[in-house]
Amino acid sequence: MIANRTDLPVLKPFRVGAAEPWRVNAWHGAALVVALALAVGIGEAQAQSSGQPGIIATILKWTPLLAQGFALNIAMSFLAMAIGTVIGVPLGLAQVSLLLPVRTSSWFVTQFFRNSPWLVLLFYCMLLLPFEVNIGGTIVPLPGWLKSTIGLSLPVMANVSELVRGAVRSIPFGQWEAAESVAMSRWQTLRMVILPQCIKRMTPPWMNLYAILTVATPLTSVVGVSEAMTLTGDILSAEARTELLVPMYLYLLLWFFLYCYPIARATVALENASR
Amino acid sequence: MMVWTPDQPLVRLADVHKTFGGNEVLKGVSMDVMKGEVVCIIGPSGSGKSTLLRCVNALVPIEKGSILVEGQEVNDPRLDKLALRRKVGMVFQQYNLFPHKTALENVMMAPVHVLKRDRKEVEAQALALIAKVRLQGKEHAYPGELSGGQQQRIAIARSLAMNPDVMLFDEVTAALDPETVKGVLVTIRELAEDGMTCMIVTHEMGFAREVAHQIYFTDGGILVEHAPPKQFFASPRDPRTRQFLDQIL
Repeated sequence: MIANRTDLPVLKPFRVGAAEPWRVNAWHGAALVVALALAVGIGEAQAQSSGQPGIIATILKWTPLLAQGFALNIAMSFLAMAIGTVIGVPLGLAQVSLLLPVRTSSWFVTQFFRNSPWLVLLFYCMLLLPFEVNIGGTIVPLPGWLKSTIGLSLPVMANVSELVRGAVRSIPFGQWEAAESVAMSRWQTLRMVILPQCIKRMTPPWMNLYAILTVATPLTSVVGVSEAMTLTGDILSAEARTELLVPMYLYLLLWFFLYCYPIARATVALENASR
Repeated sequence: MMVWTPDQPLVRLADVHKTFGGNEVLKGVSMDVMKGEVVCIIGPSGSGKSTLLRCVNALVPIEKGSILVEGQEVNDPRLDKLALRRKVGMVFQQYNLFPHKTALENVMMAPVHVLKRDRKEVEAQALALIAKVRLQGKEHAYPGELSGGQQQRIAIARSLAMNPDVMLFDEVTAALDPETVKGVLVTIRELAEDGMTCMIVTHEMGFAREVAHQIYFTDGGILVEHAPPKQFFASPRDPRTRQFLDQIL
């Protein structure tokens, strides 16, 4: 006879649907919009009662200036990404070199810049780079925004270098052997077999890095570059109204969000597509 | 300097030793492969068969001994590996086609970029080779769109496009679904019948019996014995060979 009761410790039966992970859904967004509208509405009402221009009107008034600042953020992000990639790719390839000195020195450079705080690198670039350089007899000025772009491109370079190293290492060894066995040189193998396969693998993390870089560009406000963050501060001190503080920074946040969120979505889409 | 002539062995291994991390995989292997000869190397896993093949085209450096390919010493620090590999084709267990290139581009890549041959001429040869491995119509398919057996046949065509003097096959059917094995074996057999020198590591005994001129049996890093297929399978001399054949036949 089989007993249906036991005093042995047994697990409770598995329940389907237990512990659903928490997810953001449309309702959360709606609630956020309502809360925002409420806050702005209260501000508007207060402004009207005190006879000052409303918050929305004030924000709109400063929007062209803010847009100029934001354009500088984007320009800096483009340039830093370009410089970082152009130097980072060879640096990453140097990390998989067969020559030990090349490999170790590029590894050291990569690790140094990858593990330094971005803001510290920015300060160093501002302090150490001259305000102008002499290239073949012509004096090229180095304005602050350019110096800090160079500063931002250093960690980008190091991260791209790691991306390249990781991607090259992730290609199955059989690809190298197959290329070697048809008498391709190491450089030919890298250029025609390995790197083309790496590009596909590297694109999503590279886009991700770009989004991170873009939201890091306001760091340059600390070293005095007139980008969107600095200008927001200037606007707030010109208006000298405390109730503007939260909406104004929120507005700035929105600009960055609207720019970076599609990049994040595209990254996810690309990752899914290549799966 | 000795000049190699076709009546000498095309590949000659003499007392080849190879160690991987303290583990001696090849313990003094010697064998001769004549031009046009087909040798099959069989033996239990881990007996050094694959390593033996990889030594021949210098994918794996050896510690001691001599490997001559058409009279050229492979175990020589001054060896021009690329020149050697133009003469020695190799096909792998995992095919290792380049996944971002079509079948045709896979076959054409090395002749165009390594041998710097004319692209038009290479394309004509590549198309002929793809037809030879019976994959007409698949020229523009990517490796991911082909079955394992089809990929392996493209891999054979890719090696042949370099016009090698000897082909190495490293367990080329071991990773395949059973129904695609035959097509690959037929391709290799045709190649052998055309007079290509082949060194084949395989577990397909029926195929080895049919195609080989000589069968070598390896165990524990040494060549235990070798004989023509009939004699090898009918009356193996060494007890280890007998034991191995008993297990698999």
